[in-house]
Amino acid sequence: MFAATAEPAATDSSRKRRDRDENSIVGSDFEPWASKRGEILARYTTTEKLSINLFMGSEKGKAGTATSAMSEKVRTRLEELDDFEEGSQKELLNLTQQDYVNRIEELNQSLKDAWASDQKVKALKIVIQCSKLLSDTSVIQFYPSKFVLITDILDTFGKLVYERIFSMCVDNRSVLPDHFSPENVNDTAKETCLNWFFKIASIRELIPRFYVEASILKCNKFLSKTGISECLPRLTCMIRGIGDPLVSVYARAYLCRVGMEVAPHLKESLNKNFFDFLLTFKQIHGDTVQNQLVVQGVELPSYLPLYSPAMDWIFQCISYHAPEALLTEMMERCKKLGNNALLLNSVMSAFRAEFIATRSMDFIGMIKECDESGFPKHLLFRSLGLNLALADPPEGDRLQILNEAWKVITKLKNPQDYINCAEVWVEYTCKHFTKREVNTVLADVIKHMTPDRAFEDSYPQLQSIIKKVIAHFHDFSVLFSVEKFLPFLDMFQKESVRVEVCKCIMEVFIKHQQEPTKDPVILNALLHVCKTMHDSVNALTLEDEKRMLAYLINGFIKMVSFGRDFEQQLSFYVEARSMFCNLEPVLVQLIHSVNRLAMETRKVMKGNHSRKTAAFVRACVAYCFITIPSLVSIFTRLNLYLHSGQVALANQCLSQADAFFKAAISLIPEVPKMINIDGKMRPSESFLLEFLCNFFSTLLIVPDHPEHGVLFLVRELLNVIQDYTWEDNGDDKIRIYTCVLHLLSAMSQETYLYHIDKVDSNDSLYGGDSKFLAENNKLCETVMAQILEHLKTLAKDEALKRQSSLGLSFFNSILAHGDLRNNRLNQLSVNLWHLAQRHGCADTRTMVKTLEYIKKRSKQPDMGHLTELALRLPLQTRT
Amino acid sequence: MGTSLDIKIKRANKVYHAGEVLSGVVVISGKDSIQHQGVSLTVEGSVNLQLSAKSVGVFEAFYNSVKPIQIINSTIEMVKPGKFPSGKTEIPFEFPLHVKGNKVLYETYHGVFVNIQYTLRCDMRRSLLAKDLTKTCEFIVHSAPQKGKLTPSPVDFTITPETLQNVKERALLPKFLIRGHLNSTNCVITQPLTGELVVESSEAAIKSIELQLVRVETCGCAEGYARDATEIQNIQIADGDVCRGLSVPIHMVFPRLFTCPTLETTNFKVEFEVNVVVLLHADHLITENFPLKLCRT
Repeated sequence: MFAATAEPAATDSSRKRRDRDENSIVGSDFEPWASKRGEILARYTTTEKLSINLFMGSEKGKAGTATSAMSEKVRTRLEELDDFEEGSQKELLNLTQQDYVNRIEELNQSLKDAWASDQKVKALKIVIQCSKLLSDTSVIQFYPSKFVLITDILDTFGKLVYERIFSMCVDNRSVLPDHFSPENVNDTAKETCLNWFFKIASIRELIPRFYVEASILKCNKFLSKTGISECLPRLTCMIRGIGDPLVSVYARAYLCRVGMEVAPHLKESLNKNFFDFLLTFKQIHGDTVQNQLVVQGVELPSYLPLYSPAMDWIFQCISYHAPEALLTEMMERCKKLGNNALLLNSVMSAFRAEFIATRSMDFIGMIKECDESGFPKHLLFRSLGLNLALADPPEGDRLQILNEAWKVITKLKNPQDYINCAEVWVEYTCKHFTKREVNTVLADVIKHMTPDRAFEDSYPQLQSIIKKVIAHFHDFSVLFSVEKFLPFLDMFQKESVRVEVCKCIMEVFIKHQQEPTKDPVILNALLHVCKTMHDSVNALTLEDEKRMLAYLINGFIKMVSFGRDFEQQLSFYVEARSMFCNLEPVLVQLIHSVNRLAMETRKVMKGNHSRKTAAFVRACVAYCFITIPSLVSIFTRLNLYLHSGQVALANQCLSQADAFFKAAISLIPEVPKMINIDGKMRPSESFLLEFLCNFFSTLLIVPDHPEHGVLFLVRELLNVIQDYTWEDNGDDKIRIYTCVLHLLSAMSQETYLYHIDKVDSNDSLYGGDSKFLAENNKLCETVMAQILEHLKTLAKDEALKRQSSLGLSFFNSILAHGDLRNNRLNQLSVNLWHLAQRHGCADTRTMVKTLEYIKKRSKQPDMGHLTELALRLPLQTRT
Repeated sequence: MGTSLDIKIKRANKVYHAGEVLSGVVVISGKDSIQHQGVSLTVEGSVNLQLSAKSVGVFEAFYNSVKPIQIINSTIEMVKPGKFPSGKTEIPFEFPLHVKGNKVLYETYHGVFVNIQYTLRCDMRRSLLAKDLTKTCEFIVHSAPQKGKLTPSPVDFTITPETLQNVKERALLPKFLIRGHLNSTNCVITQPLTGELVVESSEAAIKSIELQLVRVETCGCAEGYARDATEIQNIQIADGDVCRGLSVPIHMVFPRLFTCPTLETTNFKVEFEVNVVVLLHADHLITENFPLKLCRT
C-alpha cells in the first residue's frame, strides 16, 4: 500500500532511474561468468599432486618464522585439529585434483557455517586463507581452475556480507529499495560496513587484501555514492604490485568480473586493466617466469594458454557494447607488442564476430607472423574459425581465407590439435563453398585421422563435423556425391558412435527430403546407414531406442519410390525385409507398403489385371503372407491377415484371400487373455471383439470355396469362437453371437449390401438357392439356441441386470434383422421383451423409446404386422 | 540468567568530542522484579603508561609502572534505591564531557606503552545476598579538529645501494634503483597514506615490498624517559618480482584506535613513522624510514 502511493509521485525520478538502469545492468547478450566456469574447470586439469596450506593464526609477520621453528611434534598435533582455531595450521599435501576440489568445497561450506553461527571473524579468516592460495603458482597448469574454485568462495563471502549489512538497514517498518542512496542507510549498518573495510585494509598480504576487498566492492554503496567509482581505479592500480603475471592477470579478471556485476557503466577501469596488462605483458618472457617454468617442467606453448580464460574475460568485458573505435585501438595496441599471439587469441575470442570476420585477412597475416615457439598456432586458427562460423567475411576474401587457413591446419602434426581446428573450419567451408571444397576438407581429415587410428580419440569432433556437413547439405544426392563422405563415415568404428551418426543423418533426411526418390546413390548409401542402425539392435536394446530406429527406417522406406516400375519397388521391399527383419514396426510398414503397391497396380490397370499384373499382384500377396507370421504381436498379425486378405480379394486372388482368412481364424485360439499395451497388462477380449466384428463384415462378401461346404469360413470361425475360453462372467461371446446373427441375416438377402468389383459373392453364386437358405437358417437357430442358453444361466440375482440388457439387445437385433411375420420369432421377441422387464432392471426410457420406434415403423408400408406386435408389448410401470 | 545490565551508547560508532554530551540508555532486564540499592554511572578516562623492559629492565618495568594520569572521572546517581519491575527497563542518560582545570581530553589511543582509554561504567548496588552488578563499555574520544590548513609535505625518495646506511659489505649487494614519493608526510588520520613507488631496475628478483607503520612512544619518568618504537601493522604493496618501470601505488589506511594524532605532552609522547621495506631474493632487506605527522581535520 505504501509503495503504491509513493509510485506516482516519483514518476520523474523513477524515469531518470530507469535511464540509469539501462546503463548499469548488463544485458542478456553478455555471456555470464557462470557459463565459463565449467569450461575452465574441465579444460585446466592436472594429474600432479596439490597442496593446501592454511594458517589460521593472527595476522602478524612473525607467523612464518614461528611455524618453521615449531617442532615436528607440535606441528602434527596442530594438524590434527580439525577446525580453524586461533593459531592452528593445516597443511594438506599430496592431494589429487579431486581431493583439492572437495577440500575447497568443504571450506566453502565451513565459511557458510561460520557465518550462520555468527563467527564473522572466523569467516573472514577462511576467506583470507583461501585467497592466499591464489598467490601460490605451483602446479601452474591447474591455476585457472583453482581461480574458479576460490573465487566461488569469495563470491559467497561478498554476498553474505552485503546481505547482512542490507538486512541491518531493514527496520521493522521500511525496507530499503533496490536503488537506495547512502543517506537511507542507518548508522549501525554504516558502522558495520566501515568496520569490514578497516579490517580488510589491515590484511598484511597484498593478494588476499585485494581479493577480499574486491569481493565486497558492492558494499561501498552503503557508505557513499562515489565509493565504487573511487575504489575500482584504486584496486586496479593495486594489482600492479602483483609480480607474477599470471596471478596478476587473474586478479584483473576478477576485478572486471566484480566490476561488471556491480557497476558495468564504469568502463574506464576495465580499459585501465587492459592497458596496465599490456604494460606488464613483457614480464611473461622475463627471467622470473622462465625460471619458474623450467622448475615446473612446463613448456611455453602449454603455459601461455593458461592466460586465455582471464584475458578472454577481460576482453569480453571491455568489448561489450564498446564503440568500434575502441576495439580498433585495442587491436592496434596488441599489434605493436612483440609475440602477441596470446593477445591476438583473446581479441578473437572476445570481440564481436562481425568485427573479426571483416578483418579476417589481417588476422591471418598477424597469425602467420607470430613466433612459432610461443602460443600454439592451431588455437589461433581455431579462434578465427569460430568467428567465421558466426559472421561472414567479405565476399572477395572468402576463398583466400580458406586456402590460407587450411594451408596451416593441414600441417598440424598432432591429430588432436588438428581435429580441434579442422572441426571449427568445416562450418565455414560448408557455409560458403560447394561440395568440391567440402570433399577436399573431408579427404584431408581422413588423411590425418587414419594413421594410428587417431580417430578413436576424436569421435566427438568427427561427429560434430558430420553434423555440420549434413546441416548444410540438405540435398542428399549432392551429399552422397561428395566422394569422401562415406569413407568419412567409415572412421566411426565404435558402434555406439556410429549408430548415433547414422541417426543424425536419417533425422536430417526425413526432415528435409521433400520428394520420394529412386536415386541409386542415395538408396545404396541410406540402406547402408539404416542397416548399421538396424544391426545395432540386440537383446539389450531399449524399447524406446528400437522405436526411434524403426521410426527413422520407416521414414526412409516411405520416401523410396520407383514410380511406375512396380517390380523394382517390390524387389526393394524384398531387400528391405531381409535387411530389417529385427524391427517389427519396419516389417509392418513393409507389409503395408506392399499392400499399397498391389492396390496401386489395380488402380493402374483399372481393375482388369493382365496376366502379368495378376502374377505381380500374387507376388505381392505372397510377400505379405510369408512376412506376417514373423511378427510377434498377435493383434498386428490378425489385423494384417484381414487387411491383406481384403487386398487379395480386391485383386481377385480368391484362394489367397481364403488362405489369409483361414490363417486369421486359426490364429484366434492363440489370442492370450491378457496383452501388454504400453507396458500395462490389459484384458484382450474387447480387442478380439472389435477384430471379429470387422472380420464378419468382410466375410459377408467372401465367396464360398467350390470344394468346401456352404459357409465353411463362418462355420470354422464359429467353431473357434465356441472353443475359445471366454471370461467366465462376461457376455462378449454372446455379443459376438449377436453379431454373427447380423452377418447371417445379411447373407440371406437376395443381394448383398456391398460387393467387391469383379468378385462374385455368395448372393450371385447361390442366387437365393433354398438349400443355401436352409443351411443359413440352421446356423441361425444354433446360434440363437446358444444365446438363449446363456440368457438362462443369467437368471441369478447378481446377473439380472446383465440378463435384462442382453435380452433387450437380442430383442433389438431381432427387430432389426429378423422377419417378425414368422410366428415363432414373433413369440420369441415378446418373451424377450418380458424378460428384459421382468426384474425391473430395464431402463424405462429406453423401453418407451423402443416401443415408440416400433409404432413408428409399423406405419411404413409392409410393416403392418408390427402394430400387432406393439400391442403385445406392455410397458412396466414403476410402482 | 536472572538479571542483566547493559549500556547502549546512542552513537553507533561511539565517537564523541570534548564538550559534547554522551548519551544513551542503561537497559536493565530480568524475569522478576529487581530490588536494588541504587544505580550509578561513572565516566572514567585515563592515560596508562608502561615502561618497557628494554628501557629499564624487567623488574623496574614490573614495579615502576608510572602512575596512570587521570583525565576525567565523574559519577552520577541514576536511580535511588528501590525496585525495578520485571521485564525490560530502559533508563536514558546524558553525560556532558567536560574536564576540570587545564586537563585535556586526549584522543583515544591503544598502544603498547601508552594507552588512552575512556570507559563508561554502570553499577547497580544490591543487598548483601545478591551480587552487585557492573557493566563497563568503552567509548571513543576524538580530539577536536586542528585549526589552520594542513600543509602537504611531499617527499621524494630514491633508494640505491649507495644511499643505504648500515651496510656491512656494500660490494656484495645486488644493484638496484628504486624511486618513489609520498604525497605527504603530514597526514590526515582519516585519509590513507598515499604515494607511488617504481622499481626502475634491480639485479635481484624482488620478493616483496611492504609498508611498516611504526608507533614511537616516549614515556617520561623520574629517572629520565623511555622511547620505544614498535610495529602497528605491516602492509604488503608488492608481492613477487614486480614489473620494472611500472609504478606501484603506496596506499595505507591508518587503523582506528591504534593511531591517533601525533601527541606531545609533558609526560609522554606518541609519534608515528612509516618504513618502506624492500625484500630482495637472497634475503636482502632494505628499509627507508619516514617520520609522519598525523592530525585530525
